[in-house]
Amino acid sequence: MSSATASGARARKPAARAAKAKRPAAKKVDWSKAETLISVRGLKMYFPVTEGVLVPKVVAHVKAVDGVDFDIKKGETLGLVGESGCGKTTTGRCILQLEKATGGEIIYDGMNLTTADRKAMRPMRERIQVIFQDPYSSLNPRMKIGEIISEPMMVHKTEPDEAARQERVRELLSVCGLNPKFSDRYPHEMSGGQRQRVGIARALSVKPEFIICDEAVSALDVSIQAQVINLLEDLRDEYNLTYLFIAHDLSVVRHLCHRVAVMYLGNMVELAECDELYDNPMHPYTQALLDAVPIPDPVIEQKRKHQIIKGEIPSPINPPPGCVFHPRCPMAVDACKKNMPEFREIRPGHWVACSEI
Amino acid sequence: MAKLLEIENLKTHFFTSAGTVKAVDGITYDVDEGETVAIVGESGCGKSVSAMSILQLIPDPPGKIVEGSIRFQDRDLLKLSQDEMRDVRGKDIGMVFQEPMTSLNPVLTIERQLTETLEEHLGLTGKPAQDRAVEMLGLVGISEPHRRLQQYPHHLSGGMRQRVMIAMALMCEPKLIIADEPTTALDVTIQAQILELMKNLTRELGVALIVITHNLGVVARYADRVNVMYAGKIIESGTAREIYHNPHHPYTLALLKSVPRMDQPRKAKLDPVDGQPPDLTRLDDGCSFRPRCGYAVAKCATSFPALESIKGALIVSCFEQKKVSMKSTRTPRARGAATARKTVRKAS
Repeated sequence: MSSATASGARARKPAARAAKAKRPAAKKVDWSKAETLISVRGLKMYFPVTEGVLVPKVVAHVKAVDGVDFDIKKGETLGLVGESGCGKTTTGRCILQLEKATGGEIIYDGMNLTTADRKAMRPMRERIQVIFQDPYSSLNPRMKIGEIISEPMMVHKTEPDEAARQERVRELLSVCGLNPKFSDRYPHEMSGGQRQRVGIARALSVKPEFIICDEAVSALDVSIQAQVINLLEDLRDEYNLTYLFIAHDLSVVRHLCHRVAVMYLGNMVELAECDELYDNPMHPYTQALLDAVPIPDPVIEQKRKHQIIKGEIPSPINPPPGCVFHPRCPMAVDACKKNMPEFREIRPGHWVACSEI
Repeated sequence: MAKLLEIENLKTHFFTSAGTVKAVDGITYDVDEGETVAIVGESGCGKSVSAMSILQLIPDPPGKIVEGSIRFQDRDLLKLSQDEMRDVRGKDIGMVFQEPMTSLNPVLTIERQLTETLEEHLGLTGKPAQDRAVEMLGLVGISEPHRRLQQYPHHLSGGMRQRVMIAMALMCEPKLIIADEPTTALDVTIQAQILELMKNLTRELGVALIVITHNLGVVARYADRVNVMYAGKIIESGTAREIYHNPHHPYTLALLKSVPRMDQPRKAKLDPVDGQPPDLTRLDDGCSFRPRCGYAVAKCATSFPALESIKGALIVSCFEQKKVSMKSTRTPRARGAATARKTVRKAS
């Protein structure tokens, strides 16, 4: 099954393709040689669906994440993309141990997070931080900005001295492009972009090494989005941060990430270096996803041949047998309905879960 | 082609305790029959309010249309009575809202929601109304329309609900459909399906379409003309080709340059629009984009530039429009913009 060649995929390349271009050469890093920070193996997260009020009975499971493998290297930004309901956010929450995974392992710097107890998890939470999507609901409306940013430092006792903590808050605010005087304000006095900067400052307060950005720029306006993306990039370079960048906007992910993983219905369908994935997508779902991204140029858009993918995402309670994508796939054959495709390395660093390639 | 809708100097203000919010402050545009016109802008720029003003769906108080005229098929909609306006809504002008999850009534079947407008406007009930509903559901690409009629909105996915919304808007064969962020809540692959559907249907049925969006990419493929709004005013307007290839307002240029594009080489850094959109209660006489603009001159602080026609069917409101060009490799940045990055360096 794994002996198929890559030449078939090359011939099937869709007409419109992202321009072949590389980032400035100085930034080129060989990530395969870098140290692994976190590795996720066979991660599964099933949520029970219950019936009955007094004696709830489990009748089915929502298979939000159904066996996902990936590594993140130190200093790398891994993009996790997919449509709503594909399990990308749940994957992030499992790493943070906000959900207890149903199966699989999450090894962070040699330690298995899935078996760690609360006490062992505490120092890890200092190293792993998160930036949430919605800047309106992720800040406590009754706390001042200064209190919000200093709370993690108090919880983890990284800055026990009150005056030093205030100084650190002011420093974090100015690092994130906000006026240090904002520490006396409340969240409702700020705009969406400013709140998201507060969320970033809060994540940075305990000097983490790994930050999960869960749709961190999706709720922002176009002009503000670019500011926050630039800030995230500056911080990454300045503090050697590692990001898991969860997003649905493929053009933003292309700009920011070193490697990109594509998820569909709880499964990972493709994983490759950023330029490789955008220039040479192999999985039919990735191809369709890239095709659906509109380009702000009427001349190019009108010439582009869209292969619009039919149908909708099936329910994760009852995912299709075999390859989860087969009901919508233009390349599906009978075998796809029975056999689950193996997630295999087709080229160095380019992993695809499709038996037709 | 004949003008279907002409909006002139429309002003919709909200009178709140915090002051007067000039959400829409003197906009002028028109829509030809069968044409697709886009209104693009960021949240709070007044694009939705301008559309709601056409149908007079502005909550009053606090909102009020204080000035202007909206001519639709040679009638001024602002001079119509409440009852006459009811006849226009849903019959002559259809509306597709942003949130397919909340804009359908959860306690009514799909059939009732579709046939209600037929009963109200055309007096059509029973079998003929049902047949029409089935026909429209088929047209918007919903499978098994007979079965769907008996279902409730919660049975349908987001994409399907948006299709039902489009079917509802088309029920009485309107001349114009206003779509307010029709695909914002949807996934990319579903967004592509809905956009294609709207384009094909409006072409086939000869319906004019106003699309309101914050995403410049969405309208590039479908719009004939584009109006860019900022802080309650249209600051640039023209054919889609001119707006995307040769914008002459610094805001339009900055918007186009601030999004990462899939068809261009990856850049080391994005060029964001610095600063924040202005507070609409505290607008002065000057250009509202001035604090964020790299081209601003002294004159910008004292008077708002009038819209003027320039070559290539473009209308721009900027004193410095001759200097603004897509070709300049780097947009000049507003003063004090570089400080944020410097502080990152300094603090570390």
